[in-house]
Amino acid sequence: MLRSLRSEMLKITTTRSWWVLALILFGWVGFNASVIGALGGVIVDQSGGALDALSIPSLAYSVVTAVGYVFPLLFGALASTGEFRHQTLTPTFLATPRRNVVLAGKVGAGFFWGVVYGVVGLVAAVGLGALVMQLTGVDPELGSSDTWALIARALLAMALWAVVGVGLGVLMPNQVAVIVVVLAFTQFLEPLLRTAAAFWEWTAAIGKFLPGAATDALVGSSIYSLISGSAADALEWWQGGLVLGGYAALFLIIGGLTTWRRDVT
Amino acid sequence: MTGAVIEIQSLTKRFGGTTAVDDLSFRVEPGVVTGFLGPNGAGKTTTLRSLLGLVKPTSGSATFDGHAYAELPDPLRTVGTALEASSFHPGRSGRDHLRVAAAAAGIPDSRVDEVLEWVGLGTAGGRRAGGYSLGMRQRLGLAFALLGDPGALVLDEPINGLDPEGIRWIRGFLRSLAAEGRTVLVSSHLLSEVQQTVDRVVIISHGKLAYQGTLDGLETGIGRVHVDAADREGLARALGAAGAQVELVADGLHVSGFEATAIGELALAAAIPLRLLVPEREGLEDVFLGLVGEGGEL
Repeated sequence: MLRSLRSEMLKITTTRSWWVLALILFGWVGFNASVIGALGGVIVDQSGGALDALSIPSLAYSVVTAVGYVFPLLFGALASTGEFRHQTLTPTFLATPRRNVVLAGKVGAGFFWGVVYGVVGLVAAVGLGALVMQLTGVDPELGSSDTWALIARALLAMALWAVVGVGLGVLMPNQVAVIVVVLAFTQFLEPLLRTAAAFWEWTAAIGKFLPGAATDALVGSSIYSLISGSAADALEWWQGGLVLGGYAALFLIIGGLTTWRRDVT
Repeated sequence: MTGAVIEIQSLTKRFGGTTAVDDLSFRVEPGVVTGFLGPNGAGKTTTLRSLLGLVKPTSGSATFDGHAYAELPDPLRTVGTALEASSFHPGRSGRDHLRVAAAAAGIPDSRVDEVLEWVGLGTAGGRRAGGYSLGMRQRLGLAFALLGDPGALVLDEPINGLDPEGIRWIRGFLRSLAAEGRTVLVSSHLLSEVQQTVDRVVIISHGKLAYQGTLDGLETGIGRVHVDAADREGLARALGAAGAQVELVADGLHVSGFEATAIGELALAAAIPLRLLVPEREGLEDVFLGLVGEGGEL
């Protein structure tokens, strides 16, 4: 089990895709956090009190997951599908014939790298966001325990998303298909569904179990919750974590019982 | 060192409606190089992948000293495998490819450098494997097989794509591995490729066993005698009258059904002096082709 984990970690560090994704994550999250940090104060001022309760810093910091969760998700999915695509399942299963052990190693390595992506994203969001807020006269609230709780929960969310990705990649071994599905769902379908779900009470009750909504519940704040206005009846943070973990477990179990068991030819 | 005995027992594998391997049984002993031959599509790779736990047999078993590959406590140290030349991530260096496997098997990185040096990839090991030539990929595959210093080696078409110098090298290498007491199973679709290397052969065709035994046993299967005399027609008549099958060829007669001694005596009795009497063995390739039938691609 430990050997398998070490092997999976080496697979990641010996190719380049992890730091390419990390670099884009850093830039994209940093950009979004800066924009929110810069414009947040102005918007709250002009809202005439309607948005006074809003915490600009937590909104800015939570872009790590709100816009950044797609990166650990893609990373995890690529780690799984790459084995199918490059036919490396053959040497992998020759070295570790017990396939569930390999899968466990992948989950462990995925979780760890999800945390790494979380750190990268938070350095961008908190570092750049706080800097911009300082410049525009908004309190970055770095001394607040709420801020640090949000940071810790964002790390957990990123780690869980990487594991969801590993599971999704096993469920859908076609690399091109999984990239398309991930991008279409996260960038288009889910925001649409969340907005639509907010219209009626019964759809909202289902909508909060969407993975992105669960992430926002876990982290505690997000630009999307603000837009769709569903923050009020969102899940508890730990429920959000469980929902995300549930998606990961579901994908891993179904994938582990199907594609992962197939003949490697 | 004594390698594991490889035992294939009543192995059958069907993919949908196609039967790739059909009730195949054979044994591979340690200490000799065994060739696993058959035309492309005969079921060699499916057999080897079943043996290695990558493909689940429809029925039957394939074991190392009685244990399925997946049950081996330390697979890479028991069995070394080179399956195909493309099973690596193109962006990973050859050395890192081996390190990933070594980590999974608890083998130190120092061993990785050792096997790379051994197969002649000492300097190329740090380069991305995507840029390797076919010969270099074969060498990387062999390095992977040797990683755990295993007692048994299962190599699928290891000679394919090697340059003449590489072929000579791998032949000597396989022989020395077998001489150390290891079990060496080498597949090929070309008999001539392994003819000088293997001691025993297992030949399959359409998923079924066609021959199992030594190369010599294969060769002595069918024979004929090339004979000639000044009075060629007279000789043909005399031999034909005695019941031999005679075929007239440009430089004499091809006679089958009689040993050379008997043909000499028949000629003497007919008072025809012979000027040629040569027992001939049918070519190995011909025998091989005869065994594997129509589908034989050589």
